[in-house]
Amino acid sequence: MLQIKNLTKIYDGGVKALDNVSFDVPDGQFLAVIGLSGSGKSTLLRCINRLIEPTSGQILWNGEDITAASQEEMRRIRRKIGMVFQHFNLVHRSKVITNVLAGRLGYVNPAWSLINRFPQEDIDKAIKQLERVGIAEKAYQRADELSGGQQQRVGIARALMQDPKMVLADEPVASLDPVLAHSIMSHLEDINKNDGVCVLCSLHFLDLVHRYADRVVALNEGKLVFEGLPTEIDDKKFKEIYGRDAERVG
Amino acid sequence: MNNKKKSSPWKSIQVGLITFLVMVIFAYGFQITKVDLEELRSENRQQSLTRVTRALAQPEIFEYDQVEEVVNFSIYVPCRPDDSGEAAPEQNTSEPYLIVTPGCAAPGEVVQVEGFNFAPYTVGPVRFIPGSDSSNVVSLGRENAETDADGHFLMSMEIPKRPSDSVQYIRATLRRNIGSPHFTQTAYDTWNKIVETVFLALLATVFGTILAIPLSFIAARNLMKTVKSPLTSIALSVLGWPIGIVIGFIVVRWVGDFSSVIGSNAWVNIASILISPALMWFGVRWALPQEEINLPSQSVRFARLGVLFMVILIGFYGLFQLASLAMSAGKTIEVPLGSFGFMGYFLFQVGDIVAIITPVLGALAAGGALSSVLGRLGQYGSEKLPASGIKVLNLILTTIAGATVFGLVGQLVEWLYQIGEPLYTLWLPMMTGAIAGLLLAFFTKPKDSLPIGMVIYSITRTFLNALRSVEALVMAIVFVIAVGIGPFAGVMALGLHTIVSLAKLYSEQVESILSGPLEAIEATGANRLQTIIYAVIPQIIPPYISYTMYRWDINVRMSTIIGFVGGGGIGFLLQQNINLLNYRAASAQMLAIAIVVATMDYISSALREKVI
Repeated sequence: MLQIKNLTKIYDGGVKALDNVSFDVPDGQFLAVIGLSGSGKSTLLRCINRLIEPTSGQILWNGEDITAASQEEMRRIRRKIGMVFQHFNLVHRSKVITNVLAGRLGYVNPAWSLINRFPQEDIDKAIKQLERVGIAEKAYQRADELSGGQQQRVGIARALMQDPKMVLADEPVASLDPVLAHSIMSHLEDINKNDGVCVLCSLHFLDLVHRYADRVVALNEGKLVFEGLPTEIDDKKFKEIYGRDAERVG
Repeated sequence: MNNKKKSSPWKSIQVGLITFLVMVIFAYGFQITKVDLEELRSENRQQSLTRVTRALAQPEIFEYDQVEEVVNFSIYVPCRPDDSGEAAPEQNTSEPYLIVTPGCAAPGEVVQVEGFNFAPYTVGPVRFIPGSDSSNVVSLGRENAETDADGHFLMSMEIPKRPSDSVQYIRATLRRNIGSPHFTQTAYDTWNKIVETVFLALLATVFGTILAIPLSFIAARNLMKTVKSPLTSIALSVLGWPIGIVIGFIVVRWVGDFSSVIGSNAWVNIASILISPALMWFGVRWALPQEEINLPSQSVRFARLGVLFMVILIGFYGLFQLASLAMSAGKTIEVPLGSFGFMGYFLFQVGDIVAIITPVLGALAAGGALSSVLGRLGQYGSEKLPASGIKVLNLILTTIAGATVFGLVGQLVEWLYQIGEPLYTLWLPMMTGAIAGLLLAFFTKPKDSLPIGMVIYSITRTFLNALRSVEALVMAIVFVIAVGIGPFAGVMALGLHTIVSLAKLYSEQVESILSGPLEAIEATGANRLQTIIYAVIPQIIPPYISYTMYRWDINVRMSTIIGFVGGGGIGFLLQQNINLLNYRAASAQMLAIAIVVATMDYISSALREKVI
């Protein structure tokens, strides 16, 4: 159970990215976060693993207060939270397998990882994760030799290496074409349904939301404007979320 | 529109004023830099310029062995009363001989000198030898004679004003080349020095690069911006450095003494060198498990710390033994290896370097370790203890830390300027530091994170910029005083300059990396060092290599002139020959420099293309 209570984030320039946002996410749920660009979706996801420090409010995960964790405790929490990014954020010049193994950095002994030594089980596991996303044969290629869809699958494999209890996906398909989008989303769905991992995924396309999400929260200018089932988003709600002039596509 | 029209006469005046100002500045500049074309036109200048240019155009690289034909002709200056002044009769011989007409002359008179039977096409001076000794090397006047195909020459010569009662001589020294050309001594010297130059640049670049890399990380804004610590942690880590350095130095010295008690017997050395890594390996394997899901118990953690400490001590012992072995082995093999004796010398020097550096390394490592442990303790404390307790702790700790830092700076001042007044160099700075620390702790909220990263960043940047503005040549002058004239001083100076300038360039590269991978690695729960290794380093390798090559290029060029101030390399020879007006030799050295620089430029650009 992830509980977000009165979360507010004000950036240094005075921009209010999140304004008193509260909602709960039960374990094992696929939650879609929707809203316009700049509505605070990325900030919300990054506050959950504290890549961005919230200004005020509380985030509780299974009773543990994430916002109050020390640096050392935060590292232990982060390694249970996988993250997938819009621009994949792979290290281009490293091999695919190294990128995947990087998901293990929170677990291995820092002294050994500094000289690029990982336990054999981790290496086997990395190959297994790559098999799961269907690109095991690319393991020893450089990451920038892969296509966009393949890179995102490496990103998912990296998140899986963490044995996550929760995955934060920040617009994972926004830089991919629609066919690839479904392939990537189905991997996330697989993780959600088969491993019972809670997935928080920000999305642009409503048909993807209808197809994959159990529940939806919508943000507009940092405020929570909708919380409910995907089917509850009718035209009136849609206008509320995206603004008066918005048109539905897809 | 209207507004623009109105302001246009103003603008013209402005332009006029600016033009005038520029003219004035240039006029003043001409005066300051003494631009004087009249000097260029003077005949003296032009003659010297021609002479030097011609000498430079004939670098002294090849030469022939030469044979000389020396013939003397006896002559009275002035004529004796009984002397007819007629030319000596023609001789009937195949040996070379001279005929001077007239056979005696008054001082200042011009005579004809004719040579016969010399080797064809040879050149050489014809000189007047004063005094009665025909083997005298002192000569006056100098005219060049050149023989024709028959070995004959005819020239006129002015008799110098050296009247004497006894006989004097006119001597022709004609030289010709024999055999095939071979390298001059200058060429050999130039070769030796250019090799020295290239290696000087190589060593400076390697050492500079190694030390510049860690510096570049703490001089990178994007990495340091996020480093924040509570005051307790900062104060404790500041205190940790000096204490750790002192402890480390003492302990490692003690290990060194222990090692020298064990002895410098080669077998003992070898045994120690083999056993200590094995011990270290087992120790590390036990103390640093590869993966840990749960936190181990407190007692296990303490045992691990103890084992790691022992591992480090064993490591230093191994280093000392290695140094001892290298030094004795180097000494033994230097002579039998013959012309490869430099390997023995190298081994000996490496051993010596290890022996010298090990205590310093140990001290620094202990300082860093203690500082980091205390810093973590402070971090932990300020998270767990109540705010009021932290406040009191901060007040005490920052006071001590401030006093320590300022006291140490005061001692540095004392050492530099020998003031010899502890009140000013110890007690007052300590008071100031204590008060500064106290005020800092007083006005900071006890649990606030301070941007210590930006403080370190600013200090490092300032330090780098200040040192970078000192030219390597100036640094070389300082190092010549510290380590003596020679290439070592050059290596130190170039190395230091390389460190500071590369650290700046590198850190700018770190600042321009993509932040996405950094964020992704951080999100996996990696710590700061892991983030740097996995997200930063792969991104900066190509520009780092490129900059290192570029620097190596610069260093080769710099090392050719660092010898001007005694820093070794070819510059020393070049300067010497210029000062001796030996322009042909200087030309050989300039040619060597040009070749080396061009080659380096080519190699580095080819390599750069390949790597990136």
